[in-house]
Amino acid sequence: MGKVLMKGNEVIGEAAILAGCHYFFGYPITPQSELVAYMAKRLPEVKGLFLQAESEVSAINMVYGASSAGVRVMTSSSSPGFSLKQEGISYLAAANLPAVIVNIARGGPGLGNIQPSQSDYFQVTKGGGHGDYYTPVLAPSTLQEIVDLTQEAFRIADQYRTPVILLGDGMLGQMMEPVEFLKTDNQIVIDKEWATTGTKGDGSPKTITSLDLNDVKLEERNCKLQEKYKLIRRNEIKVDTYLMEDAEMAIVAYGTVARICQSAIDRVRDEGMKIGLIRPISLWPYPTDVIASYCERLNKIVVVEMSAGQMVEDVRLSVEGKVPISFYGRTGGIIPTVEELVEQFQMHGNGVLR
Amino acid sequence: MKVVFERSKGLLNTETHYCPGCTHGIIHRLVAETLEEMDVLEQTIGVASVGCSVLSYQYFNCDMTQAAHGRAPAVATGIKRVLPKDRIVFTYQGDGDLASIGMGEIVHAAARGENITVIFVNNAIYGMTGGQMAPTSLLGQRTATSPEGRQPQTQGLPIRVSEMLATLDGASYIERVSTHDVAHVMKAKKAIRKAFLTQQEEKGFSMVEVLSTCPTNWGLNPEESLQWVKQEMVPYYPLGVYKDRQYKGEES
Amino acid sequence: MKEEIIIAGFGGQGVMSMGQLLAFAGMKQGKEVSWLPSYGPEQRGGTANVSVVISDSKVGSPIIDSPTTVILLNNPSFEKFEKKVVPGGNILTNGDLVNLPCKRNDISLFSIQATTIAEKLGNHRVAGMVILGAFIEKTGILSKESLVEALLHVLGKEKQHLIPVNIAALESGMEMVL
Repeated sequence: MGKVLMKGNEVIGEAAILAGCHYFFGYPITPQSELVAYMAKRLPEVKGLFLQAESEVSAINMVYGASSAGVRVMTSSSSPGFSLKQEGISYLAAANLPAVIVNIARGGPGLGNIQPSQSDYFQVTKGGGHGDYYTPVLAPSTLQEIVDLTQEAFRIADQYRTPVILLGDGMLGQMMEPVEFLKTDNQIVIDKEWATTGTKGDGSPKTITSLDLNDVKLEERNCKLQEKYKLIRRNEIKVDTYLMEDAEMAIVAYGTVARICQSAIDRVRDEGMKIGLIRPISLWPYPTDVIASYCERLNKIVVVEMSAGQMVEDVRLSVEGKVPISFYGRTGGIIPTVEELVEQFQMHGNGVLR
Repeated sequence: MKVVFERSKGLLNTETHYCPGCTHGIIHRLVAETLEEMDVLEQTIGVASVGCSVLSYQYFNCDMTQAAHGRAPAVATGIKRVLPKDRIVFTYQGDGDLASIGMGEIVHAAARGENITVIFVNNAIYGMTGGQMAPTSLLGQRTATSPEGRQPQTQGLPIRVSEMLATLDGASYIERVSTHDVAHVMKAKKAIRKAFLTQQEEKGFSMVEVLSTCPTNWGLNPEESLQWVKQEMVPYYPLGVYKDRQYKGEES
Repeated sequence: MKEEIIIAGFGGQGVMSMGQLLAFAGMKQGKEVSWLPSYGPEQRGGTANVSVVISDSKVGSPIIDSPTTVILLNNPSFEKFEKKVVPGGNILTNGDLVNLPCKRNDISLFSIQATTIAEKLGNHRVAGMVILGAFIEKTGILSKESLVEALLHVLGKEKQHLIPVNIAALESGMEMVL
């Protein structure tokens, strides 16, 4: 197929289809609407189904139904709409149902605006809805990475029977870059023998539920969930590093901001500063050990986010006080500029580098 | 010896949790018998809602998925749309679930002409949570949240769901029935069968509203409860067919 | 080699498509590219701008603080972006639409009567191509061939008859900066 030039939102759609996802339930909200429109056009071509729901709430519950019937299924939204999906995500997690949910985040809180933001980090990485659960969260920073991670999201969802979040922001959704649709090894062979598709030929009735009125049984259910999360923590951590081999100061950033940081790092490197980037790709499970492993050599960590400081808490937990941490964030949908980050890195690097 | 009565194959051999005198059990049986008679149990997926019937997935002898409060029509839509066309999908919802928190979902499922069957059990009260006012509670009806009786000025007026959904072009078959005596139970079964046939023939959205009892929260005994349905509910919620539109070139 | 280009004008002037042509041509020429629109309410009627990075190495930030070239199609855009160009960079304007005086003397300014030229060629809609011609000639970042290839792709089969006038516009633009 070679390289094509596409918008990020459309790349997500095509990558999902590549992963064998033929069902999509959506609702329009800027800046993810291109994904909804893309699926509306593309899915009938692959004999799949696109349905525009009456609300985000309804869309996530249609996903719940489709997933319980055993198919690969996706929905997408942006921050305010994503909040509405939280009830459904909690149910999916509790009922062990695989699904991929996209959040092309925008400025908040409330209606906020439609510019890029990373202020949904807490919501996506700490469960988000009610109850003790987590969802794996993948955060691409380029459009090519969207191709891989969208497919990975479906693989993880099916393998562990869990909802998985693909987290981007308005910039990734709206920008175009050349991408190549290379198929990843996402088709793990799993017999969804649990799916409620009618009992014909397979014996006794199956039920999908998140209810357990018996406290002991509900605790057992919770323990099983936690065992699953332990397994995901062990197997599914993804992280990228840039120029960390000799770095004495590390920048920790993900998604869109990591790209800006990389450009800024190149500039201060030219001035001789030993600085590198740690870019978490899986935001849950968080690459705690990888960050901790650099502590010995680091004099300083600067966390950069398009938020008032959310991921910085996970960096602090990773470092356990061994390295001083500073935070730089912009909110309201503002993307920090390379110049402003260069200034920050110079300021924080001043005096701490050997 | 001749067997004159037995449990429907559509129900699992287990005791239900329903209170004495509650007609959920009867309505379960009507649904189960219908599915058994139509020989579709093995291709049916039911969607349980939130409320007294939340555990209905433990009673029906077919695949069941339990949905969030009010969302059963959306969940049923997801199931119906991705499975082969021969699958029968139904929701089993109460009045709090369907007519209050789930009003958006039911209206849009009907408007889309979603080819599912909805069994709507209306007993004019929230049962599971302890007898609070429902959107279908009658004027003057005392509940935990309308202790002085439902007042139109403060608590609004009851919603007639069947009449309302019948105004939607997407709805194909809508009937209101009751369970307050044997004759009406038999009529209810006919309606339920017609609703499932509507789905089987791919004619679109079907719903049967079944007037039901709640002796526990109404503070009446079972016999009085049946009388209350007949004397209080039926006059406000008239029984009958509200929509019977034949699609697929059978426009009548 | 790296060009960071901002194209700005009114919505409907073809700002986004001009950027897309550049990005597509860059990709065809084996370069790393990114295309980032301003999006939202301003798309519908107000001012619109697009940032395009064309580079020999991987694109970090697709956001451009200090463009090496700006292509400006109206006065409000000129006021907004004139000051942002790096010293030694280029400002290309449609001289038929932009008439504000340039305050910079550390950049190269090309005011091209693109609409006039396009009308002479018989199609006022190719004004953008005139400016893109000037751009590739001035910067050398893209070849005429890759831009034509991009055009073939963007116009699709139904509009192939528009190729000659677009190429003519491109060539006229290239001559403007010789």
